[in-house]
Amino acid sequence: MIYQDSKILLDVRGLCASVNGIDILKDLDFTVRSGEIHAIMGQNGSGKSTFAKVLAGHPAYEVTKGTVLFEGQDLFALKPEERARAGLFLAFQYPIEVPGVGNSQFLRLTYNTVQKQRGKEELDPLEFDDFVREKMKLLEMSPDFLDRSVNAGFSGGEKKRNEILQMALLAPLVAVLDETDSGLDIDALRIVAQGVNQLSTKDNAIVIVTHYQRLLNYIVPDYVHVMEAGRIIKTGGKALALELESRGYEWVSAESQGAAKAARSVTA
Amino acid sequence: MSETTTSIPIIAGSYLASLLAGQPQLAASPLAWLNALRRDALERAGVLTLPTTRDEEWRFTDISLLTKMSFAPAQSATHLEAADVAHFFIEEATSRLVFVDGIYAPALSTAGIGIGADSGVVVSNLSAAIAAHASRIEPYLGRHAAFDNDAFAAQNTAFLHDAAVVLVPRDVAVEAPVHLLFIATQKDVVSTPRCLVVAEAGSAVTVIEDYVVLYQPRWQEEPHFTNAVTEIALADNARVNHVRVQREGSQAFHIANCAVSLGRASNYSSVSVALGARISRYNLKVVQEAEGATCTLDGLTLISGRQLADTHTLIDHAQPHGSSHQLHKCIVGGSAHAVFNGKVMVRKGAQRTDAQQSNRNLLLTGKAHIDTKPQLEIFASDVKCTHGATVGQLDSEEVFYLQSRGLTEAAARKLLTYAFGAEVIDRIPVASLKRQLEQTVLEQTTSLP
Repeated sequence: MIYQDSKILLDVRGLCASVNGIDILKDLDFTVRSGEIHAIMGQNGSGKSTFAKVLAGHPAYEVTKGTVLFEGQDLFALKPEERARAGLFLAFQYPIEVPGVGNSQFLRLTYNTVQKQRGKEELDPLEFDDFVREKMKLLEMSPDFLDRSVNAGFSGGEKKRNEILQMALLAPLVAVLDETDSGLDIDALRIVAQGVNQLSTKDNAIVIVTHYQRLLNYIVPDYVHVMEAGRIIKTGGKALALELESRGYEWVSAESQGAAKAARSVTA
Repeated sequence: MSETTTSIPIIAGSYLASLLAGQPQLAASPLAWLNALRRDALERAGVLTLPTTRDEEWRFTDISLLTKMSFAPAQSATHLEAADVAHFFIEEATSRLVFVDGIYAPALSTAGIGIGADSGVVVSNLSAAIAAHASRIEPYLGRHAAFDNDAFAAQNTAFLHDAAVVLVPRDVAVEAPVHLLFIATQKDVVSTPRCLVVAEAGSAVTVIEDYVVLYQPRWQEEPHFTNAVTEIALADNARVNHVRVQREGSQAFHIANCAVSLGRASNYSSVSVALGARISRYNLKVVQEAEGATCTLDGLTLISGRQLADTHTLIDHAQPHGSSHQLHKCIVGGSAHAVFNGKVMVRKGAQRTDAQQSNRNLLLTGKAHIDTKPQLEIFASDVKCTHGATVGQLDSEEVFYLQSRGLTEAAARKLLTYAFGAEVIDRIPVASLKRQLEQTVLEQTTSLP
């Protein structure tokens, strides 16, 4: 939801980033205010997942130019774990399996780490158990998820639910959902979307990175951005997503190239 | 026959000769077959030499350090009160056999307690069991662990005077695990522990084979030598869970052979954990002697400092429709050296065999070392066999995932190292032992490298 006088949570200016010496993000601008839901769409290779990983601090990506302010603070001065504790959350496209670590043990560890940072009370195993079971209802997860190893042997849909469960526990200011809809069947998609919607408040913001429009049937974005070649080439409302679904991405690309050409001829 | 086993000449000056020389004179058993077994083994022990790195099976494992030291059997039993060793006891195990420096300790053992007297289950030391149950023991003892070409098995068998014996009769399921506890208390001592587990048709049992050390404080860093042999026989449809924990002293030598024979549609599951010893070697051989047998062989080696731990396994699919699953992991810190040699043999005619083997290794330092050699030998045409080995450091994607959830890089690495080991520990079907070993793995992985 767009609110009057909402504060800027994330401010990306002129961001350039590369991986293995190949430039992926090229002069990206992006602003997120509290209460908003953004969708970043684009074709494979447009740089949307890279953007998500750069925000979270993945070590394989090198930021070569630009700034990102998170609640006014220089994001790149923070290590990945400090970003998480400050309230930035990334739901992974491919959540990592950690066999040998119990899910409930892991969830409590991350929850308490973040609680401690925020000066809030940590929970002991019993208290946490009650707390997490409540949150799991939101995602229609069976309690035996807690007894299994983190993501180990989970189906694609179960892994994604476990990601959103972590989001529910960590209560981030900005949650970036990277291709959360991939690998979900229609029921799982609905459940995950419901969960995300319930977690959306006027104080936080959600950024959905997706290839397809279908998740946006359930989580209605305030803004839809189209990314191509490492930058945002078009921004619109929720109608843009539907248009992309029916017309594809080509026309946006052509439009943007046309506009660039026109801009160049004006300056020339 | 009245001759004693010591009447066989031994090659003078050999290392085995020196070990054998110190053995107390064994009185001849009234059982001719047992005397014959010992005599044959002693003969082999007299001929065989200790392996060196020139032997293919010992290529990576240099035991010359062992041959530079001299060991003698314990001359007398160390007297221990139950309170001294209670911390080794496993709460779920209602029956327990304890051997101290290789000598049976009846006062610390709870043989057969908790097992219905009329069920016919025997949990006892060999000396006590053999009079009443010789006919149940003879077909198995010394029949599975070959000593023809193994100097250590030969030495163990030559001096087979006592053993931990577990006999489970037909269709009896023993609920509580049986704990076979071997405690080393004296330096410079060689002991030759022996275990025999016989699971008759349709029976089920869980056996914990546990090697621990209780040194006097001043002997903390002193060596001892354990040379163990275990035989496990599963008849048709029997189920055996075998947990093996090797947590010997940091200067100990531990050499062990375990031979398992599987009957039709039987199921053998083993988790072996190697934590201790300066040099250790575990040979586990499982033979599927009849159709449709299943075995699971999981292992964890967790070593650091200057330890060397070698695990050699052989799964012999001798008959059709068998399956085997194996996950062996090594976590190696310091300048330690781990060896894994996992051979899976599928014999001609063993059609529809399903064999999966995986060996994963984690090196925590630049000086840590691993030699891994998975081997598949397939002589049947219609089989499904997979194997793989990985050696490496922690996966950076996993580290990043945990960091993105608020854990520091150091905490993430520790958790992942712990998890790497815990995945195997998790498979131990005895809750209190699992918790105890999880704690050990946690302590070791947080103090490593």
